[in-house]
Amino acid sequence: MSPETLFRRITDYANRADPYPLYAELREHGVTRQEDGRYLVGTYYEINALLHDPRVSSDLRNRTAPDPEFQPPEGGLPSFIGLDDPEHHRLRGLAMRQFGPPHTPGRVDALRDDIARIAGELADRLRGKDRLDLVDDFAFPLPVTVICDLLGVPEEDVQQMHLWADTAIKSLDFAPGEDPGPRRRASQEARVAMGAYLGELAAKRRGHPTGDMLSGLVNDDGPDGRLTEVELMVTTVLLLIAGHETTVNLITNGMLTLLRHPEELERLRAHPELMPSAVEELLRYEPPVQFLPQRTPLTDIEVGGVTVPKGVPLILVLASGNRDPLRFPDADRFDPTREDNQHFGFGSGIHNCFGAPLARIETQIALTTLLHGLDTPRLLEDPPPYRTSPVLRGSRHLPLAQAADGVQAGR
Amino acid sequence: MSRDPWDGRIVIVGASLAGLRAAETLRAEGFAGELTIVGDEPHPPYDRPPLSKQVLLGRARAEDCVLPARRETGATWKLGVRAAGLDGDGRQVILANGEHLPYDRLLIATGTRARPWPQPEEAALDGVFTVRTMEDAGRLAERLDAGPRRVLVIGAGFTGSEIASACRERGLAVTVAERGPAPLIGALGGTVGSWAAELHRSHGVDLRCGVTVTALRGSGGRLTGAELSDGSALDVDVAVVALGAVRNTEWLADSGLAAGPKGVACDAGCRVVDMYGIVTDDVFVAGDVARFPHPLFQYQFLALEHWGNAVAQAEVAAHNMISRGRERRPHLSVPAFWSSQFGLNIKSVGVPTFSDQVVIAQGSPEERRLVAVYGYQGRVTAAVTVNSAKSLEHYEELICTGAPFPPGPDAADHVPGREPEPSDVPDPRGLTHGPTVALTGHLPDRRLVVLRPGG
Amino acid sequence: MQVVVDLNRCQGYAQCVFLAPRVFELHGEESLLYTPSVPDDQRERVVQAATACPVQAILLGEAAGVA
Repeated sequence: MSPETLFRRITDYANRADPYPLYAELREHGVTRQEDGRYLVGTYYEINALLHDPRVSSDLRNRTAPDPEFQPPEGGLPSFIGLDDPEHHRLRGLAMRQFGPPHTPGRVDALRDDIARIAGELADRLRGKDRLDLVDDFAFPLPVTVICDLLGVPEEDVQQMHLWADTAIKSLDFAPGEDPGPRRRASQEARVAMGAYLGELAAKRRGHPTGDMLSGLVNDDGPDGRLTEVELMVTTVLLLIAGHETTVNLITNGMLTLLRHPEELERLRAHPELMPSAVEELLRYEPPVQFLPQRTPLTDIEVGGVTVPKGVPLILVLASGNRDPLRFPDADRFDPTREDNQHFGFGSGIHNCFGAPLARIETQIALTTLLHGLDTPRLLEDPPPYRTSPVLRGSRHLPLAQAADGVQAGR
Repeated sequence: MSRDPWDGRIVIVGASLAGLRAAETLRAEGFAGELTIVGDEPHPPYDRPPLSKQVLLGRARAEDCVLPARRETGATWKLGVRAAGLDGDGRQVILANGEHLPYDRLLIATGTRARPWPQPEEAALDGVFTVRTMEDAGRLAERLDAGPRRVLVIGAGFTGSEIASACRERGLAVTVAERGPAPLIGALGGTVGSWAAELHRSHGVDLRCGVTVTALRGSGGRLTGAELSDGSALDVDVAVVALGAVRNTEWLADSGLAAGPKGVACDAGCRVVDMYGIVTDDVFVAGDVARFPHPLFQYQFLALEHWGNAVAQAEVAAHNMISRGRERRPHLSVPAFWSSQFGLNIKSVGVPTFSDQVVIAQGSPEERRLVAVYGYQGRVTAAVTVNSAKSLEHYEELICTGAPFPPGPDAADHVPGREPEPSDVPDPRGLTHGPTVALTGHLPDRRLVVLRPGG
Repeated sequence: MQVVVDLNRCQGYAQCVFLAPRVFELHGEESLLYTPSVPDDQRERVVQAATACPVQAILLGEAAGVA
């Protein structure tokens, strides 16, 4: 088929369960212009060059023509993932001040025990169930509880946050042929509602800090000042959405991958010290963010022998770069002990994933807990049903069966 | 040489980063013969960059900076003994203790030492330091702990600037004296140097440029003060001499090799050349002591006092020592280094002094985040980032491909109105600090000029 | 266990600081400082940090030397 239709085929829901052959096709063609004027890049070194190229913008307002699928939030301010330096740097820095180094280096590390406790409680509830949905019963509640806890959202509102977040990410769904208007409006409404809620919560914390990130954001001024009210809302909405949807997929994709590689699953059960490296491999092999849809060259940029014109949509297919055989030997093999694994699971360059360390720790703990908590789990559906989004790709449900009597099978 | 390149005797003179990584590479690539490593310091290989950073800040102890091993080397280590000479015809290294070490192939990795204060009696005063070795840094850190009234740093290169930064962070009064017009200009040129001067001053450093220290004064064997060429005097109880480095080549003076104050010349494959410019095939060199021709910089011999070069060159040298003919590789890596000072991360790629112009392509000095791009005759030759390390590899690519200079105003965080200006690279002879990147010309050996071999 | 970071490779992603904040430290926004000699109780965290480094700049090993 024509390489010009690759983006259409990649976003086609029929290919959601296994887009990797399409990525291989993409890599063969190098940088390819699509029928609708998008440019697609799927080879490792070219993606890497563009991720570190200061002439590639993340701000959709630099597009020559508005993207029918992707538009900046109407009337609102883009969050820092949709901005360029220096504005991106300022906003990200203000948020980072409450999340990590240099100002709060120990915050994520200190969550390890809490995460393990929550994961343990969720796993306990799965004990003895002969059938379960790993997504709804485990992979979803864990990160959403953790991120709400970290931000300072009270427990009774966690479910509401989750509903909003779920609606909000629908803007990243691609359904060719369908009018994206309604879901974009719904997404926007959810973001606004979430922002209003978080803004109100933040206002309550002002002057009454409770030790969470939100309290920090409204009470602690660094040398760069503090977020305005609007910036605060946009930023916290971003953290909440990004902070759990992607981790849900990482945990789910991770369990799915391990169940498809039972010998590796056994190895990890026996050698839990391999888990950190296994999670890196999962980030390469089944990354929760498959491509970055909103980059734009600020000038004509030559990459891979092709000139990508200023102002066009430039799509970096991270998941394809992760499988590039020119970079990773035996790239289609899942190898939890892989060395030199500089994957794009969290992107790279200035927009590298803000929450990466939290996602890492959560996934390491989640998978370790599941490997020891579930009794001979097996997949009931393979492939499982996928969510619609080709960007935040993951299964919507992961139905599993386990030994019903709750007694660990002798191994 | 024995017939099998994976066998025989290899001697490595120099037991620091380059020597260690070379030894490990030799074994990793299958060298099965006898391996001997000679080092003049009594310690196993340790990492020097932390000595002027973590150690002086009190975050790490000097003696903890031992390097991690990549693998076992099965080497015989001769530590605490200096190499005193080389008999190239007889293929032996002569040690200061009289021992002769026969070799089939030799790697020279003797590095550099701190350039001492030129007046030995003044240098011997209690309170006068250099920072090169573990002992140096440990003793200075201890002295800084004791809370001196004022520290004088002589020389505002990278090491001097890092020392001044550590002192300020500890809350100590510090004066920096530099003969040149600004800090760091030996490596980065005057334009970036004037920004560095601002940086020093805004952190409370008493920066004195355009002056030299003419005398260190002492009383009862202890340092009490310093006199400057502008007639002023300082009361100080600690002085740190940061005049740059001296290459450890004296032991090669009678070897017939192209070895001198600028270093030991070699070809692109790290093979040392002799005083006639003829390449040897059994003597190799790597690390700070080496001078090697670089195609990106008009094949001038480069001498780099850089951590990354020591590692990369050691790997290439080791590989070539046990490879034949076309299996050998050239050492072509682009020079790169970093410095950490006044809370900023400064990184460099390319050779900033190989330039006639510089432009700030991203950010600005006011933001304390910037990328300065250097060009020579219309192509990009170097870039320096301040707190913008994630952009550096973009510019490395521009250097490697000889991209046109200036690079264009299209970076998202380019500040409009920033135009190229002269990079203002000074003559290093007019500086107190030595440059850590030295372009040392096209001649492998200064003796070639006078010897006129062969007729 | 000893650690050395190739700070030419390091781009300041600070993943090591998040994962092992007692060994790695961000000095300012981007400069990495670290304790070259890893305390025994930090080994596991440091191994995690090295594994997670996006540019694979962290080298761990036993002290080089004379064995």
